Amino acid sequence: MKRHLISAADLTRDDAVLILDTAEEMARVADRPIKKLPTLRGRTVVNLFFEDSTRTRISFEAAAKRLSADVINFSAKGSSVSKGESLKDTALTLEAMGADAVVIRHPGSGAPHRLATSGWIGGSVVNAGDGTHEHPTQALLDAFTIRRRLSGGEGDLAGRRITIVGDVLHSRVARSNVYLLSTLGAEVTLVAPPTLVPVGVGAWPCEVSYDLDSVVAKSDAVMMLRVQRERMNAAFFPTEREYSRRYGLDGQRMARMPEHAVVMHPGPMNRGMEITAEVADSPRCTAVEQVANGVSIRMAVLYLLLGGAEPAVSGSLPPEAASSAPGTAARTEENE
Amino acid sequence: MTMTGNTGNNGRTLLRGARVLGGEPLDVLIDGERIAEVGSGLDAAGAEVVEAEGRVLLPGLVDLHTHLREPGREDSETVLTGTRAAAKGGFTAVHAMANTFPVADTAGVVEQVWRLGRESGYCDVQPVGAVTVGLEGKQLAELGAMHDSAADVRVFSDDGKCVDDAVIMRRALEYVKAFDGVVAQHAQEPRLTEGAQMNEGVVSAELGLGGWPAVAEESIIARDVLLAAHVGSRVHICHLSTAGSVELVRWAKSKGWQVTAEVTPHHLLLTDELVRSYDPVYKVNPPLRTEADVRALREALADGTIDCVATDHAPHPHEDKDCEWGAAAMGMVGLETALSVVQHTMVETGLLDWAGVAERMSGRPAAIGRLEGQGRPVAAGEPANLVLLDPDYRGSVDSACFASRSRNTPYQGRDLPGRVTHTWLRGRATVVDGKLA
Repeated sequence: MKRHLISAADLTRDDAVLILDTAEEMARVADRPIKKLPTLRGRTVVNLFFEDSTRTRISFEAAAKRLSADVINFSAKGSSVSKGESLKDTALTLEAMGADAVVIRHPGSGAPHRLATSGWIGGSVVNAGDGTHEHPTQALLDAFTIRRRLSGGEGDLAGRRITIVGDVLHSRVARSNVYLLSTLGAEVTLVAPPTLVPVGVGAWPCEVSYDLDSVVAKSDAVMMLRVQRERMNAAFFPTEREYSRRYGLDGQRMARMPEHAVVMHPGPMNRGMEITAEVADSPRCTAVEQVANGVSIRMAVLYLLLGGAEPAVSGSLPPEAASSAPGTAARTEENE
Repeated sequence: MTMTGNTGNNGRTLLRGARVLGGEPLDVLIDGERIAEVGSGLDAAGAEVVEAEGRVLLPGLVDLHTHLREPGREDSETVLTGTRAAAKGGFTAVHAMANTFPVADTAGVVEQVWRLGRESGYCDVQPVGAVTVGLEGKQLAELGAMHDSAADVRVFSDDGKCVDDAVIMRRALEYVKAFDGVVAQHAQEPRLTEGAQMNEGVVSAELGLGGWPAVAEESIIARDVLLAAHVGSRVHICHLSTAGSVELVRWAKSKGWQVTAEVTPHHLLLTDELVRSYDPVYKVNPPLRTEADVRALREALADGTIDCVATDHAPHPHEDKDCEWGAAAMGMVGLETALSVVQHTMVETGLLDWAGVAERMSGRPAAIGRLEGQGRPVAAGEPANLVLLDPDYRGSVDSACFASRSRNTPYQGRDLPGRVTHTWLRGRATVVDGKLA
């Protein structure tokens, strides 16, 4: 049985659309005076964070709490982990405490996969970002945001042209988005200096360009990735100024985008680096909306992984969707 | 197979019907430490008889690249457990790498390892000396003192680390000429491999693991073959892993330069596709490469561009592999599976016959290491360092049966052909019926 969400690459189109549709249901709950559903009452969700990421953690925490799950936050800082406890022993501890789902953020690529396949724990594993590998719920919330803005909040993203700009090499957000958006039928183009595009990108389901200006005019959405200033010291680009000029999004470049096109950013933004304040604060920028949508997406993922057959919101989910829920988000049949 | 009595020390043993180097069945008489006679219908009088029943007899295998971990990491391997593993794998000599704690960069440490090898009695242990003090790449270790010691060191290597400073490498190559030494280079340009976790390519891009590009190996090899040519010395390339490295070595050999190279069994069989499991059992340095590299390595081993197979046997305790990829140690054990992997990848593919295997797993490595009495022909008068193997055996690898102290094999549960049934070290059986004697 499939029961983890490790990689966006594992999701079929139907899996992805189901998660997005479920998230729409969840979003409606957020508009109610009482935002809580009883669906995961008695279930325990552990947020296991080996990296600081307040945004992602509180998003998962809010999602789990709105579904009435018990939430345990386990931060590596100041814990036994910082004293050298292994991932395995941490996992065995969580297992002993009866975690139904472990939401893991880890600096090492593959750690969630390892957690899900090693036999250390029995619960579901949700990848909340691993190293430079993947961040599937970020991609889902991005797709959700694009679908709402451009496709009326339903169906897939067939024919949409989406441009992802920045440090692709080190970006788990880019990897997850390339797989998910292309699965949903979008045409994805990556734009970055050649130093920040991985060797081997040719096998990805996307185009690669080194020239932002030639791409923005043809984009329905332009997603700006955070670029760390430290990359400059490793000679990935000469200076911040040069990076901004060639790969940053300012008002002039934004003006060349089609009228309906949106600007996206997973946050936190480096204003003045990859995005100017003018763009960040414009109504075309969906950064804040993405945060709100993140809660809905994470509710949907937790519900579909843990909720079993009961409808999340009374009478709102088609029964076949609900009953197929446990199989929607998946990884590694071979180890189960 | 029948045994009449126990194979005792320094007695007479008659191997009946052994296919010497895979040829027609012959009898081989071992008397004391040497082979007394090879022929048909030899008299069994006074000898213990081993019915070889058509199994293949090769000279005892010689490994140029073994990590025995002692001194310092006895939790993963000791000279005793490592040489027991070697014997079970058909080896009669191993070269113990220098990256121990303390580093084998003095006559004292290499003599200690050499003495531990003599005491183990399971196979000859030839210590490798470090090129630089503490493997730091800065100051030459006392290469001459290590050579002059009882260990008689001929092979020098900072393996685990690259001698990346071009001047230090040049000096080392020049210096060892005084005693016919060879520098075995772990070719890894350090700046190009900072944070490297696996082969850089399609799979690393997808998995988000730091890339170890082929050029980091090839650029060092290109430099070092040119240096060896320039100073007229011998360089040996450890664990060659890429198709590009093969081309460079082929080119250097075509110039007549004194360049030799080894390939590990795992680089002859496994590819970086396995890393998709994120199982650290596949984490090794140099990393597993692509199918095209594997093909090029096999062809190069077959045509002699690559001189020999070396295991890079690298034991690690369980906890160093039972973790997430990034936290795991690099390396695989290999002594007890090397011959099976070579049979699978080279013999059963028709690329090598058994004589070719003997050359690449015994003759050449012994010659490169200047080991006397090892890697010799199976002929009357030669030292009785021999391995008898059953190539028809079929089974799956079970690390629980390993003599090594460590279990970090990438082949657990995998079907591999062939099995060592007997090993003799100077006439003394170290392995009988697949078990340590």
